[in-house]
Amino acid sequence: MTSNYSKFEAVCCILEENNFDKSKLIPILQSVQEEYRYLPAEIMSFISSSLDMSPAIVYGVATFYSHFTLNPKGENIIKVCNGTACHVKKSAAIIDAMRKKLGLKENENTTKDMLFTIETVACLGACGLAPVVVINENVHGQMTAEKIVKLIDETMGAK
Amino acid sequence: MGKYLTINGKKLEFRDERNLLEIIRKEHIDLPTFCYHSELSIHGSCRLCMVEIAGRGVMSACSTPPELDMEIKTNTEQLIEIRKITIELLLANHDRECTMCAKSESCKLQSLARRLGIEEVRFKNIFHKESKDISTYALVRDNGKCVLCGDCVRFCDEIQSIGALGFAGRGWRAKICLSFERNLESSECVYCGQCSRVCPTGAILPKTEFRGVWKALSDKKKKVIVAIAPAVRAAIGEVFGVTEENGTEIAGKIVTALRSMGFAKVFDISFTADMTIIEEANEFLERLGKGDDMPMFTSCCPAWVRFVEQYYPDFIKNISTCRSPQGMYGSIARRIMPEVLGIPKEELVIVSVMPCTAKKYEARRSELAKDGVIDIDYVITTQELALMIEEAGLRFGNLEASAFDMPLGFKTGGGIIFGNSGGVTEAVLRNVMNTNGDESEEFNFVRGENGVREAKLKVGTRELKLAVVHGLKNARKVLRDIRADKKRYDFVEVMACPGGCIGGAGQPVYSDLAVRKKRSKVLYENDKIMELHKPQDNPYVQKIYKDYLENPGSKKAHEYLHTTFKYRKRFKATLEIFKSHLEKSININVCVGNNCLRKGSKEILKHIIGDNKFKDNVNVQALICLEKCSNGPAVKINGKTFEHCTPGSVENAIKEELKK
Ligand code: SF4
Ligand code: SF4
Ligand code: FES
Repeated sequence: MTSNYSKFEAVCCILEENNFDKSKLIPILQSVQEEYRYLPAEIMSFISSSLDMSPAIVYGVATFYSHFTLNPKGENIIKVCNGTACHVKKSAAIIDAMRKKLGLKENENTTKDMLFTIETVACLGACGLAPVVVINENVHGQMTAEKIVKLIDETMGAK
Repeated sequence: MGKYLTINGKKLEFRDERNLLEIIRKEHIDLPTFCYHSELSIHGSCRLCMVEIAGRGVMSACSTPPELDMEIKTNTEQLIEIRKITIELLLANHDRECTMCAKSESCKLQSLARRLGIEEVRFKNIFHKESKDISTYALVRDNGKCVLCGDCVRFCDEIQSIGALGFAGRGWRAKICLSFERNLESSECVYCGQCSRVCPTGAILPKTEFRGVWKALSDKKKKVIVAIAPAVRAAIGEVFGVTEENGTEIAGKIVTALRSMGFAKVFDISFTADMTIIEEANEFLERLGKGDDMPMFTSCCPAWVRFVEQYYPDFIKNISTCRSPQGMYGSIARRIMPEVLGIPKEELVIVSVMPCTAKKYEARRSELAKDGVIDIDYVITTQELALMIEEAGLRFGNLEASAFDMPLGFKTGGGIIFGNSGGVTEAVLRNVMNTNGDESEEFNFVRGENGVREAKLKVGTRELKLAVVHGLKNARKVLRDIRADKKRYDFVEVMACPGGCIGGAGQPVYSDLAVRKKRSKVLYENDKIMELHKPQDNPYVQKIYKDYLENPGSKKAHEYLHTTFKYRKRFKATLEIFKSHLEKSININVCVGNNCLRKGSKEILKHIIGDNKFKDNVNVQALICLEKCSNGPAVKINGKTFEHCTPGSVENAIKEELKK
């Protein structure tokens, strides 16, 4: 058996804490995303129904802010910087190597087994270490294609 | 003391204009715009209405209020360049297959590109074709033609209170879509089509089906009959530059055009509009007598009907069960006309010409079909009819007028004014007052432009309260007021489109209110010159009743002329709450729609799985919704729905089920 009840209850509590107030849509979505780590479509439908607002608006807000994500993320999140400095230092090659290692197709950012999600970001503020990769909370500088493959192996092993 | 500002060096007085754009346009300067619509809120996103204001620089005219002594220029070199760049940027991301776009001649983007003398696009083409949304009978959406002005989004939200369309994404990824990228068919859309009317380009268009009509016309084994709605004659002339005080000549030209295309019979929907009035008035008097299910709502606008079915299921019983004039035409054409006209059933193809996109959907409602066969084969719009006339090479303006075919070509003025907001109410009053011995024929108080018009009227000893409403946001307000007991009415007419059917989305595209007013006047003038004004005086209608339908409201009349409605889910969502791994487990669906949630469905969920009382014996889903909104909380257990549930009652019901 699998139960999602506690999560659903949490969503209800979030709505109650915000008094079912339409104008609090953004904080509501934020809290819900904390609960689920992403915004499932059915939960957004539930929120729009409960707040008595058009689901198109909820969807619009959820897709406008890059903070919100509509797809479940993997257990490990790898951020690759593609800002100017890192780009010049060939971050593209690192991304390619990672995709290959993780078997990700174009437009795919999360592995099927939900272990990894890769994200490209525009500048992590560590240009001196370019190219930079952040795995979960750890910053790794002067990355190369070989090093990233090793790091991924290590992360897999640690789990 | 007047207030003044200058535009292009000319000193001008201004009064209460909301923004510079209004003043500039009053000066007959046609500043280009995409996102400005007098009916809608100001958005200021298209950046085409830029003007130069001394001391302030370049600003958008639509969102800048006038101020004393402002010096405005509308046409400097810089402004012209800005406009050009804006259009070029839009074109760089646009499906430029303009010659094959149905909007071609009325497209604002195309006309602006021409007006601004754009000869090349200096930016790289980044256009990616996306698949079109053809999921409904009413509309086709093609984001490749969208300029992101947001007019559709605002119309759907601000005027119709539906909010089916929205913006999604941001920056270059921004686009218009339905929630969660659904298609129109599975969205909350009620098919009014007004979004397509306000869209400046071909990104939302009424779906066409006239190709099928041509095909039927060229099939020697078929006889194609057609009927035109009242509003069509009030607007089609606009396409061909033909105007006429009262529309009779134009209606006659339409008849000639349709005959020359090969239609076997050309009828008038106004005939069945007369019937609708008679049935509806009869139903109204009956309900009034019993005091049941009041107020009675009109049922002739399919977008309004769908609106009630989706949002106000508890008001479904208030909708008159009469089919709309199109629905009655379909039924009579399919079931009675073969005998009357001597055309074998299988040879008959039935077409209607409507000012409306929702009518395309209405014709396919399963409630209007008999044994799975729909009555009307093709519903084409006024726009499509104009296209067919052009395709056939007919010079509309030069056509002689000819007369409609009988019997379904004869009508009274009551059936004609149906196309105007207020027309149905007026025609019903003509009938009701007559049945009550009063002779009045014109009821001016129900005419006009206001979104909600109320009237009181003495009938015998009773005072009737009426409301005439157009626009669904207005309708929502009226329904809320009725529900909250703030208002009491006996009869409510609602048309989804502003102005009624004359303003429908199947009509030639208009944006100027004056156009709509003119159409409305055509129908009232037409009424004036009719021989008869009261639907019940129509001799051909009387004959159909005598030969086939007995009396208004009879069993036969109900079989042919009435229909049913049902609750339609706006959108569905299912949340897996608890999944059992046992093969034999009880399925429990708890409704968490807004109504049930407020009445305690969360507590029910908590009670049945909070402490894991039923272990793996249950499968629990929360869903929106079980369609029992006024009797919630609702819970479905192994297919059986329980209303007014409490945690205890659900627990008991599950225990009962477990014993089985
Ligand atoms: S047809 Fe009407 S309800 Fe549907 S999206 Fe367009 S404006 Fe909204
Ligand atoms: S679909 Fe039409 S009305 Fe809607 S944003 Fe695009 S161009 Fe504007
Ligand atoms: S009309 Fe002013 S910005 Fe679009």
